[in-house]
Amino acid sequence: MHVHYQDPYRPGRSLIHALDARVKLLVTIAFILTVALIPPGFWPVYILLLSLIISVEILSEIGVVYVLRRSILVLPFMLAALPIIFTLQGAPLFTLSLGGWTLTATQTGMERFISIVLKSWTSVQAAIVLTSTTPFPDLLLAMRSVKIPRMLVTIFGMMWRYLFVLGDETLRMMRARASRSGQSDTPSLKAGGSIIWRAHVTGGMAGSLFIRAFERSDRIYMAMVARGYDGDVRTLAQPKTSLLNWLVLVFSLLLFTALLALAYLL
Amino acid sequence: MLYSVEPMHIPDGFLSVPVAAVLWIVSIIVVGYALMRVNKDLDERKVPLMGVLAAAIFAGQMLNFTVIGGTSGHLMGAAIATILLGPWAAVLVMTTVVSVQALIFQDGGLLVLGANIFNMAIVGVAVSYMVYTTFQKLSGGKKWGVFAGGFAAAWFSIEVAALGVGLQLALSGTSPANIAIPTMAGIHALIGIGEGLITVGTLAVIYAARPDLLRAGAEPSPGGVLLWVAGLAIAAALAIISPLASAHPDGLEWIAEQQGFLTTAKEPIYNIIPDYVFPGVTNEALATILAGITGTLIVFAVALIVAYTRRSRQTA
Amino acid sequence: MHHSIEIENLSFKYPDGHQALRDVCLHIEPCEKVALVGPNGAGKSTLILHLNGILTGEGDIRSAGLEVKKENLERIRARIGLVFQSPEDQLFSPTVLDDVAFGPMYQGLPEDEVQARVFEALEVVGMGEYGARVSHHLSLGEKKRIAIATVLSMTPEVLVLDEPTSGLDPRARRALINLLRELDLTMLVSSHDMLMVRELFPRVVIMDEGQIVADGQTRELLDDAALLEAHGLEMPDLQ
Repeated sequence: MHVHYQDPYRPGRSLIHALDARVKLLVTIAFILTVALIPPGFWPVYILLLSLIISVEILSEIGVVYVLRRSILVLPFMLAALPIIFTLQGAPLFTLSLGGWTLTATQTGMERFISIVLKSWTSVQAAIVLTSTTPFPDLLLAMRSVKIPRMLVTIFGMMWRYLFVLGDETLRMMRARASRSGQSDTPSLKAGGSIIWRAHVTGGMAGSLFIRAFERSDRIYMAMVARGYDGDVRTLAQPKTSLLNWLVLVFSLLLFTALLALAYLL
Repeated sequence: MLYSVEPMHIPDGFLSVPVAAVLWIVSIIVVGYALMRVNKDLDERKVPLMGVLAAAIFAGQMLNFTVIGGTSGHLMGAAIATILLGPWAAVLVMTTVVSVQALIFQDGGLLVLGANIFNMAIVGVAVSYMVYTTFQKLSGGKKWGVFAGGFAAAWFSIEVAALGVGLQLALSGTSPANIAIPTMAGIHALIGIGEGLITVGTLAVIYAARPDLLRAGAEPSPGGVLLWVAGLAIAAALAIISPLASAHPDGLEWIAEQQGFLTTAKEPIYNIIPDYVFPGVTNEALATILAGITGTLIVFAVALIVAYTRRSRQTA
Repeated sequence: MHHSIEIENLSFKYPDGHQALRDVCLHIEPCEKVALVGPNGAGKSTLILHLNGILTGEGDIRSAGLEVKKENLERIRARIGLVFQSPEDQLFSPTVLDDVAFGPMYQGLPEDEVQARVFEALEVVGMGEYGARVSHHLSLGEKKRIAIATVLSMTPEVLVLDEPTSGLDPRARRALINLLRELDLTMLVSSHDMLMVRELFPRVVIMDEGQIVADGQTRELLDDAALLEAHGLEMPDLQ
């Protein structure tokens, strides 16, 4: 019913799966930062970055098609950038006339728009590769080691643990609602009720979800106390990073710097 | 599959690096302060509560109701989190929701995560808190204060956050201010009504079944005055800047100097190092073609390597 | 009135690849009361969710006289009363009254008719006094009865229940069995409660691994210890 139900992690044995989560997290963020820093219209660098991420998708063996399909997620947001094709000053490309309006697309505007779309698309692919090849618990450990506060990471972990449980609960509630959303055989009756009533019912569903979440968290807390929880979360030590991981990290950062240099010097 | 257009989660690529960086800094400071606040209350019971409630808000965001045709309304949750948990824990819960959405489901980007946290967890909560506590004061803790306050908090949190998104897009040069800001404001004035109605429905169930849960948000919170003022300041600032910026799309330039900043940063490099720095590559079209060929070769090589190792793994 | 269910060659695979139903055929006559038994994961709940088109697999289903397809779904849902295993999933309104009124309200019935339906449904399940109560505060037995009332208020032709007695104490269980006995509707009930099955249902359908492995008279099938054991079931020993 919704894209969000399944854990996006796809198990595998590829090189990308085997990399240390910390390295993957850092390299992903560095990659997205690099993409963001490339000025609009530097097509050679865009192409190289895109082929880089596609190469990583191939290496990860999760399937390029799978990543591309999921990357469609960012498409609706493109609408936000669409107007700049017509509003930026520059050499005119073509003119659209819609009724009384005439819109002139400019080269600068088109260049900016395509750059934004490419950047967004390239970046989201990197994020998809990260989450598809890294189990979330590993990502949590990685977040701890890059000094994200422990309490926040604990809350992240707790959320992830109950995400799918509560997601299923929500799905069942929606099914129960759909099951009782019927149309009478009396033709004069219009099914559906008013928008306000529908919103109110939906709110009721959210409310009972929250109440159950509160009560569940009380039980979780008691179970944690029963096992000796004292308000401080302790974790296992981080594994040592292997030489390969260091090499990947250093090489990636050098490569990104080189691409940036290329963009600014070209 | 049910995709709902979610204009509140900004993906990567839509904010310029300076805008994203500034909002990261603000978010880190506020979330850090919220962590300190919650830690100080030393309510260890709150850790599992915040985690499970974050999961519930995420799951609750999937609940939708038909508006008209194929469109549907659903919950963002900053207001309800604020009412149920008080402001500081709500900042942490919404930060968690927004971060996990970005990290696991790519709902919102990673480099712009700071901005998304700022919009939904900080602006959303601060405005909700300001509006809700004001209604509580006015109503003297009566029932209508809970429901009217809940509705208003939900509507304002959505609307102000949306103005923020519009302004950020305009500042980044990804969308013209005179289009982005009114569009975001217009769409979210409607989405906000949906948020408000759902929030009232949520409060109705909680008020009937567990009225004790509604006390946390009503209690005066340490540091709450600060947040109240911040909520008011953000709302007021955006209310003033937004119409100004959308009336003068070029007027935003003097606030941002966005493009100016980028071109001046690039200009000296152009002057110092002329085109022929890379021997043989004298024009951009040629460079693009070369990059295309190089990229294709890299991809092809990697595909070959993977195919080869896969085969040898299978035969092994 | 049709009151019947006809399923022909129904197969269903979940998106994760799990084959939950294989070639299921099932016919239920008007006013027949049928029990659906089988181990956990046999596909009972999946089958039930197909009857009103919440899930759609391959094959043909006619529910209460209508073919299960997109344009009929809302009309089918008015005719088939589906009660979920956990009443928590079904009760999400502030009061019992709001929950029981959901179905008739959605159908767009006039106010007084809604009131009458709610009152009657609550009377039938023996909860006439509970309208103003908060669902959340009720006991599990009470919640289960309210959940049944939430579909009775739609005056369905067929009642489908998923494990109605699970988790109930003996008294609540007895009250629920008595209620089901009195309801004069076509009924399909999935359950692990073999004693209830024997007491209430003349016909039983046994499912295992997504298939119907037996379908017949309750007396015969439940006395076949070898058949039950082969499918992870057993009849409680009364001696």
